[in-house]
Amino acid sequence: MLGVAHVLGLVLAIFGVAYLLPIGCSIVVGDGLWPQFLLGAAINSGAGLLIALATLKFRRELKARDGFLLVTLVWVLMSAFATIPLMLALPRLSFTRAFFETMSGLTTTGSTVLTGLDTLPPSLNLWRHSLHWFGGLGIIVMALAVLPLLGVGGMQLYKAEAPGPIKDEKLAPRITETAKSLWFVYATITGAAIISLRICGMSWFDAICHSFSVVGLGGFSTHDASIAYFNSPAIEFVLVILMFIASLNFARHFIALRRMSLQTYTRDPECKAIFLILAASVIVIAILLTWHGIYPSFITSLRHSAFNVVSMATTTGFVTQDYSTWPVFAPIWMLFLSCIVCSTGSTGGGIKMFRTLLLARQAGRELKLLVHPSAMASVRIGGRVIPDRVADAVLGFIFLYFMTVALLTFALLLSGLDFDSAFSAIVAGINNTAHGLGTVGPVRNYHSLTQFQTWICTVAMLLGRLEIFSVIVLFTPAFWRK
Amino acid sequence: MKIVILGAGQVGRTAAHHLSREEANEVTVVDVDEEILRDLQDRLDIRTVAGNASYPTVLEAAGAPEADIIVALTNSDEVNMMACEVAFTLFRTPTKIARIRSAEYTSRPQLFGEEALSVDVFISPEQLVTEYVERLIRYPGALQVLEFADGKVRLVGVRALKGGLLVGHCLRELPQHLRKLDSRVVAIYRKGRSISPEGDTVIEDGDEVFFLAASNDIRRVMNEMRKQDDPVKRIVIAGGGNIGFRLAKALERTNQVKLIERDPRRARKVSELLEHAIVLNGDAADEELLIEENIDSADVFAAMTNSEEANILSAMLAKRLGAHKVMALINKPSYTELMESGSIDVAISPQTITIGSLLAHVRRGDVVRVHSLRRGAAEALEAIVHGDAQSSRVVGKTVAQIELPEGTLIGAIVRGEEVIMAHHDTLVQADDHVILFLSDRRHLEAVEKLFLRASR
Repeated sequence: MLGVAHVLGLVLAIFGVAYLLPIGCSIVVGDGLWPQFLLGAAINSGAGLLIALATLKFRRELKARDGFLLVTLVWVLMSAFATIPLMLALPRLSFTRAFFETMSGLTTTGSTVLTGLDTLPPSLNLWRHSLHWFGGLGIIVMALAVLPLLGVGGMQLYKAEAPGPIKDEKLAPRITETAKSLWFVYATITGAAIISLRICGMSWFDAICHSFSVVGLGGFSTHDASIAYFNSPAIEFVLVILMFIASLNFARHFIALRRMSLQTYTRDPECKAIFLILAASVIVIAILLTWHGIYPSFITSLRHSAFNVVSMATTTGFVTQDYSTWPVFAPIWMLFLSCIVCSTGSTGGGIKMFRTLLLARQAGRELKLLVHPSAMASVRIGGRVIPDRVADAVLGFIFLYFMTVALLTFALLLSGLDFDSAFSAIVAGINNTAHGLGTVGPVRNYHSLTQFQTWICTVAMLLGRLEIFSVIVLFTPAFWRK
Repeated sequence: MKIVILGAGQVGRTAAHHLSREEANEVTVVDVDEEILRDLQDRLDIRTVAGNASYPTVLEAAGAPEADIIVALTNSDEVNMMACEVAFTLFRTPTKIARIRSAEYTSRPQLFGEEALSVDVFISPEQLVTEYVERLIRYPGALQVLEFADGKVRLVGVRALKGGLLVGHCLRELPQHLRKLDSRVVAIYRKGRSISPEGDTVIEDGDEVFFLAASNDIRRVMNEMRKQDDPVKRIVIAGGGNIGFRLAKALERTNQVKLIERDPRRARKVSELLEHAIVLNGDAADEELLIEENIDSADVFAAMTNSEEANILSAMLAKRLGAHKVMALINKPSYTELMESGSIDVAISPQTITIGSLLAHVRRGDVVRVHSLRRGAAEALEAIVHGDAQSSRVVGKTVAQIELPEGTLIGAIVRGEEVIMAHHDTLVQADDHVILFLSDRRHLEAVEKLFLRASR
C-alpha cells in the first residue's frame, strides 16, 4: 500500500498549484486573505511532498486495485486540505461544514452551507468555484495530464474516477495524451464561457466564477440568490446552452473540435437522447406552468422552465425560481431527470444516460425473449452491440445506486429529518445536484442540517461522484486480502 | 512515433509490450478478439481497437491516418498484405511491415515494393528461425549467434567450460592468446547475473560469455572458452512443418539429417521434396523409434514441431537417450527460462527472434539491426554513423570520448570490408557501422538519439 501512498503524495503536492488562483485574486482585490491561502498551499504541498519522499523507495507501477484506493483517498484528502483556507478565514465555520462545502465543491454538487455569499471575500468565492472546476473533469485526469510517471497505472486510476460504464475508449494511445486532450477541450469551453458571460453583462469576476461552476456542472454561485440575482434572460440563455454542452461527453467535444464537424454528436445515441428528453421536459413543464397560471405568459413560463429544468437535469443546481412551489409534478420530475440525464464522460453526476439507455434496451430484450424464448437477442446502443459483461456491471451499479439512496435516506429519517427533505437531499447529493426539496429546497441551503446529517450528505456526494463502486470496493474484505 | 500493430497474437503482444515501454511511442493494437484486447489494455498503456485488421474503418479508428508505422502481424498472410495495401492506398502510411509466413509469397520478392504490394518490409518468422538454428548448428557449442553488418561480424554467446584456453584466466590475456586475431568480450553472465567485463575479470567454468568477432575468427575465439566441440555430423529433426523442413533442406547437403514427422501424408510430401535427408514417419517422443534410429550417436536433436510442450518432452527424452546436444522451439518466455537452466541445451524462442528483426525496423536514428540477448534483458545493436564532425555527435571522436549511457559499450566498428574491434582510442568515422552492446534495454532510446541524423 506504500506504493499507493507515493503517488498519493505526488498528486497532493501538485495540487498546491491550485491555490495560486485565489492567492492571485486576493492580492489583486486586496481582501487580505492571501496568507491564509499561502498557508493552505504550504500544508497541502508540504504534506504531499513529505509522503512522496518518505515512500520514495516503494515506488512501483500501480495495479488495478490500487486505483480505487488512490482515487478515493485523493478525493477525501483533497477535500480535507481545501478546508484550510475556509476555516482560517471563517473562524466560526466547523470542520464538518467546511468539509461539506469543499466536498460539495470538488464533486461539483454545488450545495452550500454558507450564507451571505454576496459579502464573502472574493478570494474565498473564487476558491469555492475553482474547486468545482478542478473536480469537474476529475482531479485524477488533471494529475494524469501533468504526471507522466503514472504510465499503465494511470489507466487504472482513470477507470476508477471516470464516470460511465465503458472506460476503455481512449482519445489517444497514451493515457497522458488522452488526459491532456480532455483538459484542452475543458479549458477551451471554459474560456468561451467566461467571454460569453462577460458579454452578457456579468462582471469579470462573476463571469469567471460562474464559468467554473457551469462547465464543471457545479452550482456554486457568488450570490445567495444564485442566478436570479442577475435577472437577465441573456445570461440564462447562455447558461442553458453551456449546461447542455457540459452534460455531453467531453471526448465527443474533442472529436468535434478536431474534425470541425457536428457529426459526432448526431451519431451519438446519448447526445440525441439527452437533447430530446431535455427539450420535451422543458416544453411540457412550461405548458404545465402556464396551465396553472403560475407565470403570466407562456414565454415567461418557457424561460423559467428552460433554465431550472436544464439546471436541475444536468445536475448543475443554479436556480432562478423557487420551483418547489410549482405543481408537484415539476420538481419531482426534475429530480428524476437529474438521476438519468448526464452523459458518460461529462462533468455531471447521476446514473448517466448510457446506463439508462442500456437498461431500457435490456428490458426490451427480456420482453422480446418472453414472446420468442429461443430468439437470439443482443443489446445494442447506436448500432453497437454491448457485451453482456457491461450490461451485468450496469445492473450491479443500479442495484448499489438504489440501495445507497434508500439506506442513506433511512439514515437521515432516523436523525429526524422529514421525508421530502431526507429523500431529496440524498438524491441531490448522490447525483451531485445542488438542491433538493423541503428544507434543502432551491431557495434554502444545507445550513439547517445537523452535524450527523451533514456527514451523511457528504458521503452521498462522494459516492455519487466516484460512482459508488470505486468507494464501496474498499469496504469489501476481498480488496484487502493479499 | 505512432505505431499501429495489427493482430494481438504472441508476437503482436510482445511487440506492443516492447514498444509501449518507450515513452516516445504511441501504440494502438487491433484484433478481432475483444477479450484479449481488454486484458492487454489493462497491462499496457496502449489504445485498442476491435475489428478486422484490413477494413478501412477499423484502420481509421486505430489511427492509421496519423500513424508512422503499421505492423501487420495477424495470423493470415492475406490479411496482413491487404491491411498494408489499404493503409497505403487510403492513408499513405509511410512504413508498412507485414509478417508473411508462406514461402509461396516470400520466395518472390518482386511481389513487394513500388509497383506491387505496398509492403515495405516483410518478416518471415519461419525463415528467421531456420537461419538462426542453422547458425547454431554450424557453431557447435554456441548458445546464440547473431549477425551484424551483413554477416561480417558475429556476436556469439557461449558457455565457458573447463578445457577452454582462457577459462581460469583474466580477460586481459585474451589478445596474447589470440595473437593476430582480435575479439571483444562484451558481456559475461555468471549464475544468471550480469558482470561487467573488465581487464582483470577472470572467466570461470560455467560463465555465459558473449563476444564479438569477425565471422571467420569465431571458431578460434570459441576455442578459448571451451574445448573445441566436434563439428556436427548427425542431426535429428523432430517435426516436418515449415521450420523443420526448411532446416532439413538447408543442412541436408553438408550433414546427415533425419527428420521425424508424425503425419504420414506430410511425411510423404516432405520426403519427396528432400533429396538426401531421411524422413521417418513416427512420433518424436517414441522411445523405440529414437533408439532404433541411433539417437545416442546424434550430435544434435532439434525439436521443431508447433507444440512447445511436445518439443520440450521429446528434447528431454532425446537428451536422456544420449543425444549430444538438444534444442527445442519454445514460445513461452517463462518456459525458456526454466528449460535452459536444466535439461535442454538451447531453447529457441521464435518470438524473440521475430521481435528482434521487427524492432530493428521500428528504430529511429540509423539503427539497422537490433538483437535481443538473454531473452530481452540485454540488446545488441548496429548503427550507421552519418554526417560530419559538426552534425553528428559521434564522428571524429574516439570511442572513449563518446558519451554513452551506463552499461553500454561499443564493441566493434565495421569500416567498408574491415572489421575493427573497438578500443578506447579507436576513432569513429562517417559511414562506419558501429556495433553496441546494452546491458540495460532502457537506455536504448538514449543510444538511438546519439546516432540520430542531425536535423538540418
